[in-house]
Amino acid sequence: MSTPAAIVPAVEREDYLNKEYGVWSWLLTVDHKRIALLYLASVTFFFFIGGIFALLVRLELLTPAGDLMQADTYNKAFTMHGMVMVFFFLIPVVPAVLGNFLIPLMIGAKDLAFPRINLLSWYLYIFGGSLMVHCMLTGGVDTGWTFYTPFSTAFTNTKIIEAGLAAFMAGFSSILTGLNFIVTIHRMRAPGMTWSRLPLFVWAHYATSIIQILGTPVIAITILLVAAERLFHLGVFDPKLGGDPLLFQHLFWFYSHPAVYIMILPSMGVISELIACFSRKRIFGYNFVALSSIGIAVIGFIVWAHHMFVAGISLYAALIFSALTYLVGVPSAIKTFNWTATMYKGSIRYDAPMLYAFGFLGLFIVGGLTGLFLAALGIDVHVTDTYFVVAHFHYIMVGGTLMAYLGGIHFWWPKITGRLYPEGWARLAALIVFVGFNLTFFPQFILGYVGMPRRYYQYPPEFQVLNILSTAGATILGLGYLLPMIYLTWSMRYGKPAPDNPWHAAGLEWTVQSPPTTFNFPQEPVVTWEAYNYDEIDDVHPHEEAPVAR
Amino acid sequence: MFTRTRRPPLHDSAATAHHAAHDNPALLHHFAEESQQRNAASLGMWVFLAQEVMFFGGLFCAYLIYRLKYFGDFGAASQTLDIKLGATNTIVLIGSSLTVVFAVWAAKNGRRSMLLINLVLTLILGCAFLGIKAVEYRSKFVEHHVPDLGFHMDEPTHIPGHPDIPVNQRHAEMFFSLYFIMTGLHALHMIIGIGLFLWLLIMAWKGRYTPQYNTPVEIGGLYWHFVDLVWIYLFPLLYLIDRHP
Amino acid sequence: MSDQHEEHSSSLGFYVGIWITLMVCTGITVWAAFLDLHQFNAAVALIIATFKATLVVLFFMHLRGAGERLIKVWVIASIFFMLVLIALSMADFGTRLWS
Repeated sequence: MSTPAAIVPAVEREDYLNKEYGVWSWLLTVDHKRIALLYLASVTFFFFIGGIFALLVRLELLTPAGDLMQADTYNKAFTMHGMVMVFFFLIPVVPAVLGNFLIPLMIGAKDLAFPRINLLSWYLYIFGGSLMVHCMLTGGVDTGWTFYTPFSTAFTNTKIIEAGLAAFMAGFSSILTGLNFIVTIHRMRAPGMTWSRLPLFVWAHYATSIIQILGTPVIAITILLVAAERLFHLGVFDPKLGGDPLLFQHLFWFYSHPAVYIMILPSMGVISELIACFSRKRIFGYNFVALSSIGIAVIGFIVWAHHMFVAGISLYAALIFSALTYLVGVPSAIKTFNWTATMYKGSIRYDAPMLYAFGFLGLFIVGGLTGLFLAALGIDVHVTDTYFVVAHFHYIMVGGTLMAYLGGIHFWWPKITGRLYPEGWARLAALIVFVGFNLTFFPQFILGYVGMPRRYYQYPPEFQVLNILSTAGATILGLGYLLPMIYLTWSMRYGKPAPDNPWHAAGLEWTVQSPPTTFNFPQEPVVTWEAYNYDEIDDVHPHEEAPVAR
Repeated sequence: MFTRTRRPPLHDSAATAHHAAHDNPALLHHFAEESQQRNAASLGMWVFLAQEVMFFGGLFCAYLIYRLKYFGDFGAASQTLDIKLGATNTIVLIGSSLTVVFAVWAAKNGRRSMLLINLVLTLILGCAFLGIKAVEYRSKFVEHHVPDLGFHMDEPTHIPGHPDIPVNQRHAEMFFSLYFIMTGLHALHMIIGIGLFLWLLIMAWKGRYTPQYNTPVEIGGLYWHFVDLVWIYLFPLLYLIDRHP
Repeated sequence: MSDQHEEHSSSLGFYVGIWITLMVCTGITVWAAFLDLHQFNAAVALIIATFKATLVVLFFMHLRGAGERLIKVWVIASIFFMLVLIALSMADFGTRLWS
C-alpha cells in the first residue's frame, strides 16, 4: 500500500484510503477501516497457509496407504491446518475484517470506542501469527489442534509451548476486539439509533463479543497450565501424578465450544443483511433473530462436554450435556426459519452475495442438523472421531462461516474499496465454491458413517473412491477461492468506480461515500427510521436494477 | 423494546467536538463529550474485569475439583502455609484498597496532595504484599515444597484428623502446583497493578488529573480492587482448609 | 458528573467503616478456621469471603450508587458463567463413581 496508485479512486475525493500514504500511515493507523484492511490482508495470508495444509492432508488421502508422508508428518499437517484455520482465520475473520470496518458505520459513530486498542489487537494477532509460522517452520505440532493431555504435556516432543503461546496471543487479540465492540455498541450509537433499530449484523457481533470476553480467558488459562506442566513437570493433567486428563478437556472445550459460535454468529449477522437486501424486505421476526443471537451465545456456554461423550465422563453428565445440546439448536433454527420467511414474497435478486447466502442456508442446515445427530449419545458413540464429525463441522465452518464471509466481502466491497467487482466472475466463483464444497465434504459424511476414523493417514482400500471424490472436490474448492482473490485484487485498480449505494441497501454505512472518509460521517446522523426500511427505499427507487458491473 | 436512546442529538458533532477539545485536551477525537469518553472507559474496564474473572475462574475450577478429590492431602499441605503471613497479606491488600478509594476520591475532588500520598501508600502496600509473598515462596523452597524441585513434604505425615492415613506425596505436590500457579498469577497481576499505579503517580504528580478528568485513576482503581478480590478468595481457599485440631 | 457531586468528606468516613468491617471479617474467618465445624468450615469461609467481596465491589468499586445496571449485568454474568464452569464440571467429576 505504499504507492499512491494502489487503489485509484475514479473521482478525486478524499477518503480513508487516500488521506495519507506510506507504510507507517497504515502500520500506525487507528482508523478502524484501515485496521480492517490490515486484518483482511493477514487473515487471507493465514487462510492460504491453512489451505496448503489441507491440500497436504487431502493429497495423502488420495491413496489408502500412507505413502506421501510419514505418520508423524501427517499428524503435523492436520494439526497445523486446524490450529491456523481455527485461531488465525475462523475466529477473527468476520469480526476483525467486516465487524471492524462496519460497526462504527452501522451505528453512526466516528470510530470504535478504543481505536488504539483496536490496533493493539491487530499487533497481538500478528505476533501470535508470527509465532505460529515460526513454530510451523521449526517442526510444528502433532497433537491435533485440540492438544489433548497427557500426550501434549508428557509425551510429544513438538513445539507445544510455542504454538500455545501463538494461540494465546490470538485469543488476547480476540478478547480486546470483543471488548471494543461491546463498549462501542453500548456507548457510541448515534442519536436515534436504538437497540431495535440496529442492523442484525451489530446484534450478532454483540453476542459474539460476549462469548469472546467470557470464553477466551478459559482457554488462555488452559494453555498456561499446559505450558506450566510441560516446563515444570507438574501433574495437573497427568494421571501418573494424580492429575486428570479430563480436566484439561473440560477446560479446553468450555472455550472451544463457544468458540464455534464465535465463528458462526458474525456470519449469521452477514446473512441477515444479505437476505434483507436481496429480498428487498425487512428481516422477518427481527426481535426473535436479535434475541436468538444472544440465546446462542448463552446456551453455547453450557453444552461443551458433548465433545467428551466417549472420553470417560460420567453417564449422568453425558445425559445432561446431550439434553442441553439439543437446546442450542433451537435459536439457530429460529434464525433459519426467519430468513426463509424473509425471502417469502420478497423480490429476490441473484447477485453474487445472495448466491453465497443461498449456499449458506442450505449448507448450514445440513451442518446444523448433523450436529443434532451428534448430540444423540447413541449416534455419537458410533460416529465420534470419524469423518462424520469432520464433515459436520466443515459444513458449518466452511459451508457456513466462509460462504457468509465471501458473501459479505462481495456485498460491502464497493463500500470498502469504492470499486465494483466483476459480477459475472463472482457468480461463477460462488457456483464453483458451492460445487467444490459439496464434492469435498459430502462424501465425508458417508466415510464417517461407514467407519473411517479422523486423523488417520491410511485407511482400508474400500474407502478410496469416496476419498478421491473428496480430494477432487477440494481442488475445485481451492480454485473457487482463488478466483475472488484474483478478481477482487484486480478490481481494486481496474474495477468500475462504485456509487455510494450500489445495492440501494438499507443501513447507515450506505449513506456515506464509497469509500468512506476517515471520520465516516460529515455530520453525526440522527436516526429516525427502522432497520431494513426497504419499502421506503424502494418507493424512491422502484424496480431499478442495482447498477453493478456485468 | 429497548427504545431508550443513549443521549440527545447534537447539532453539529464536528463543531461540538472541536469546541470541547478546546476545553479539554484529554477528550479524544471520536468522542462527542467527556461523559461519553468516561463512560466508555469505565464500561471497558468492567468488561475487562469480567474477562479476568473467567481467567482466574478456570484456575478456581481446577483447584476445587482436586481439593474435593484429595481433600485430606490438600488439608495437610495447606497446614504448611504460614497463616500469619497469609492473614497479614490480606490485611495489607485490603488496606491498599482503602488507599485506592481515597486516591480516587482525592482525584475527583481535586485534592492533589491527598491523591499523591494515597497513590504512594498504595504502592508501598502493594510492594509489601509482594515482599511477604517472596518470603513465603522462599520458605516453600527451603522446605522442599516446590513441585519438580525435589519435592518432599516431610510434615504433616498423616492426614489431619486421620492419624492412620499417610499423606500421598503426589497429591500434596498437586496442592503446591496449584498454589504456586494461582498465587503466582495473582502476584503477576499485582506487579502489573504496581506498574499501572506508578504511571498514575507520575501523571498525578504532573497535575494531569482534575475533577473534570480523572478516569485513569478511577479505572486503575477498579483493576486494583479486582486484584484484591482475587486474594480475598485465594486466602481462605488455600490457607484455611483444614486448620482445626 | 453526578457521582462526583455525591462525594463529600463524610463518605471518607464511610469508606473507613467498610474497611473496618473487612478487617473484622478477616479476623472472624481466621478464627473460624480453627473451629471444628466439619464440612461447614469451607462453607463458612466462602460465605465470609463472598461477603467481603460484595462489600469491595459495591462500595469500593462504587457499583452501589454510581454503577449503572449494565455494569451490574456484566458483573453477574461473569460470576454466573464461572459458576457454570465449576458446576457442570462437577456434574462430571461428582458423579463419576455413581455407575
